[in-house]
Amino acid sequence: MFLQQIINGLTVGGVYALIALGYTLVYGILELINFAHGEIYMIGAYLGIIFIGIFTAVGLTQYSLFLSLFLTFIMSVLVCSAYGFTVEKLAYKPLRNAPRLNPLISAIGVSIFLQNYVMLTQGATDKVFPHVLPVTIIEFYNVTMTTLQLFIIIVSLLLMAGLHLFIMKTKTGKAMRATAQDKVMASLLGINIDRIISVTFVIGSGLAAVAGLMVAMYYGLVNYSIGYIAGIKAFTAAVLGGIGSIPGAMIGGLVLGLIESLGAGYLSSEYKDAYAFIVLIVILLIKPTGLLGKTEGGRS
Amino acid sequence: MILEVRDLTKIFGGLKAIEEVSFKVKQGIILSVIGPNGAGKTTLFNCLTGVLSSTRGRVLFEGADATNKRAHEITAKGVARTFQNIRVFGSMTVLENVMIGQHLRSKEGLFTAILGTDTFRKEEDEIRSKALEYLEFAGIQDYADTLAENLPYGDQKRLEIARALATEPKLLLLDEPAAGMNPQETWELMELIKRIREWGKTVIIIEHDMKVVMGISDRIIVLDHGVKIAEGTPDEIRNNPYVIEAYLGKEEVG
Amino acid sequence: MKKILFMLWLSLLSMPFMGIKGGAYLFLGICASYGLYIFLANTFDRIKLPAVPFNAKIATTAAIISALILPFLMKDYYTDIAILAGIYIILALGVNIVIGFSGLLHLGFAAFYGIGAYSNALLTTSLGLDFWSALVLTLPLTSLAGFLLAFPSLRLRGDYLAIVTLGFGEIIRLVLNNWDSVTRGPNGISNIPSPVLLGFEIGRLTHYYYLVFGFVLIAAFVVKRVQRSRTGRAWLAIREDETAAESMGINTRKYKYMALTFGAFWAGLAGALFASKMHFVSPESFTFMESVFVVCMIILGGLGSVPGVILGSLILVLLPELLRDFQLYRMLALGVGLVLMMIFRPDGLIKKS
Repeated sequence: MFLQQIINGLTVGGVYALIALGYTLVYGILELINFAHGEIYMIGAYLGIIFIGIFTAVGLTQYSLFLSLFLTFIMSVLVCSAYGFTVEKLAYKPLRNAPRLNPLISAIGVSIFLQNYVMLTQGATDKVFPHVLPVTIIEFYNVTMTTLQLFIIIVSLLLMAGLHLFIMKTKTGKAMRATAQDKVMASLLGINIDRIISVTFVIGSGLAAVAGLMVAMYYGLVNYSIGYIAGIKAFTAAVLGGIGSIPGAMIGGLVLGLIESLGAGYLSSEYKDAYAFIVLIVILLIKPTGLLGKTEGGRS
Repeated sequence: MILEVRDLTKIFGGLKAIEEVSFKVKQGIILSVIGPNGAGKTTLFNCLTGVLSSTRGRVLFEGADATNKRAHEITAKGVARTFQNIRVFGSMTVLENVMIGQHLRSKEGLFTAILGTDTFRKEEDEIRSKALEYLEFAGIQDYADTLAENLPYGDQKRLEIARALATEPKLLLLDEPAAGMNPQETWELMELIKRIREWGKTVIIIEHDMKVVMGISDRIIVLDHGVKIAEGTPDEIRNNPYVIEAYLGKEEVG
Repeated sequence: MKKILFMLWLSLLSMPFMGIKGGAYLFLGICASYGLYIFLANTFDRIKLPAVPFNAKIATTAAIISALILPFLMKDYYTDIAILAGIYIILALGVNIVIGFSGLLHLGFAAFYGIGAYSNALLTTSLGLDFWSALVLTLPLTSLAGFLLAFPSLRLRGDYLAIVTLGFGEIIRLVLNNWDSVTRGPNGISNIPSPVLLGFEIGRLTHYYYLVFGFVLIAAFVVKRVQRSRTGRAWLAIREDETAAESMGINTRKYKYMALTFGAFWAGLAGALFASKMHFVSPESFTFMESVFVVCMIILGGLGSVPGVILGSLILVLLPELLRDFQLYRMLALGVGLVLMMIFRPDGLIKKS
């Protein structure tokens, strides 16, 4: 039972971590809570269903399931990143020097827009991910785990490791870190801030797309309203780990997934969605800088 | 002694912004705090006024403990301040800004305001007329109904002083009041500060403009890297070898 | 050329969702509306509108008189909507104290609205109290809720405060939804009685309209008075610059508590009116979207301005009803509207003086 909950928790936690990275990356650079990020994830999930549908219709899935899934991943990530990129250009960039709450309100506007845009174009009912995946169950010590769960955990961990390498080793990654430290200094050093911000949104949205696609595969169906609650949970994960900290977002996501899964298993599943909020509030009150965040001096 | 500071220390994440600073301020004088950028002058002000809490040391105001109280409690004791970067309430009128200064000297609450009682009206009138007096004292009464953010820079600085005076302080702390002012405005400001002293108030100022410092100070304290390196009258400071080395040596003395 | 490419980009993006045809139509649609925008902007640039003399007293009197005679001219359907608008005005005035005056971006006000509605619903149905006795208990209760929930929120600033208050709002909604033995869960509470005033049951729409209108007048009057008092100035100072406000001797913590308590009071009143008007409450009416909707009202009208809040609430309640054929696009437009407001008119329709 316990081990089972751990595995379920890690699966969901990996997804939270991928979305949380998008929050943390953007917050690190713009100090903006990108409220629309949950919606980007939802769009990623829809794109997955739409593209696998197209590939199935043209017969590609029947020819090679692997190729079809691979292309679905690629296309969803590309289009979803384009959405993230466009949202930043249209709704956040004009507000870069405005008072801090204005971009947040703009982000809420984007979130409402995207939710209703998907509802109007794709319908208010659940969308089903086609039954193309073979389900194999792995069993050990009374614990069952599907290949899909294993796949989700592995992909999440790989992407996190990849992002970590990208941030630490590449030139763009270093520029991103410099921009997060000090924007003025970074621009004096010749870093193109606008480009770095765009890259940040593209990466964040791409990760959210993968998360969305995997959730669509895992639960088998998606709905236009999944973005809001997932967004809040992922934001909680980011805060839990220390917003702005990339390893923090990863750990925060996994921890939150575990808390939720254990809470639903041992306490009450009716309040499953409330655990995230309670964790969020407790963390912000006790240690607002999160598990891995830096502490600030002085008095607020 | 209106103010006594004993071994005041503020550490920011391992970095000592001010270190064991001690000094006493006599009633009714103008004291200047000078020192190079980053010497800890504004940090000292922030610790004295409760904007920051100090790490160690004590602050006594009129003999009573005023260490690490919250800012509004310190204001209530009779200490007011202005800020280095102007912090007027931009989208309120000049008059309203000064009326806020009267907050502690008035007491009507929510319910009398809703009912519009006589005592409420009377107090509002008093606040308004007192605020106008302070505006006149600072010489910006013509702008009473202008939005504070639309005032010219120099007048915003005057507004900050008027607003601080409206809290009816015994001790007034001015953080770089002459910064960014032209010679004419600076001269008027010096006159204003002298009139505040004549009014019986004690003034501590942080200032870089040596003409102002030497022109109006009764005493001067010199900070360098968070440590007090000298204290004395303007003449003593001018001739202090430590000061010349640490600070004045690099700048022209007016 | 760059603009055309950008429009092409947008329609390409929409194709997975709208199909190839839909994307093409979108492209044509955006191009056409952009052309129309350019045309209108040029035309209006040439026509100089004469300045309309505006007198606040005359405008207020005219608004009150027309509001008084409106029910005689309107169909019941519109009276119904006007009542809803009135309830939203009271709610928005309360939220405005917190967001508009004190600058605290609170995103969980639906919670206080919900507490007010549920409290009145439960007191009248389970305990059999009448509307007024229930109201006398409901208002202190919601204010108390505002005060208690202020404690944890107020240690945080800016956007963190926004998220935590959102969390509180959601927790309250989840409690309403799951505490079956008291709130009857998602089924809600029905058969809430109409108010009785001086032995006269306020059952007809017109009567209810005047009841709500009376409360709107009281709320607007009280909030306006408080705004121009020592308390109101303290709130504004906190919004403008918290550190400077504290240095002026304002106990910022105390005044934030006051703002939330007082704001929750009005939300509770709005909730109680809503419950007795609908004769039914359920958790669905108190979602996060409801909080956002009210925030939109006060932003649209102009943060901190009482006439602005009233105007914003009226527009946001009436407009979707007048354009009922576009009902589906209501939320879509709301989202776009928020973004556009932030970019082009962050101060709202009525600029604060």
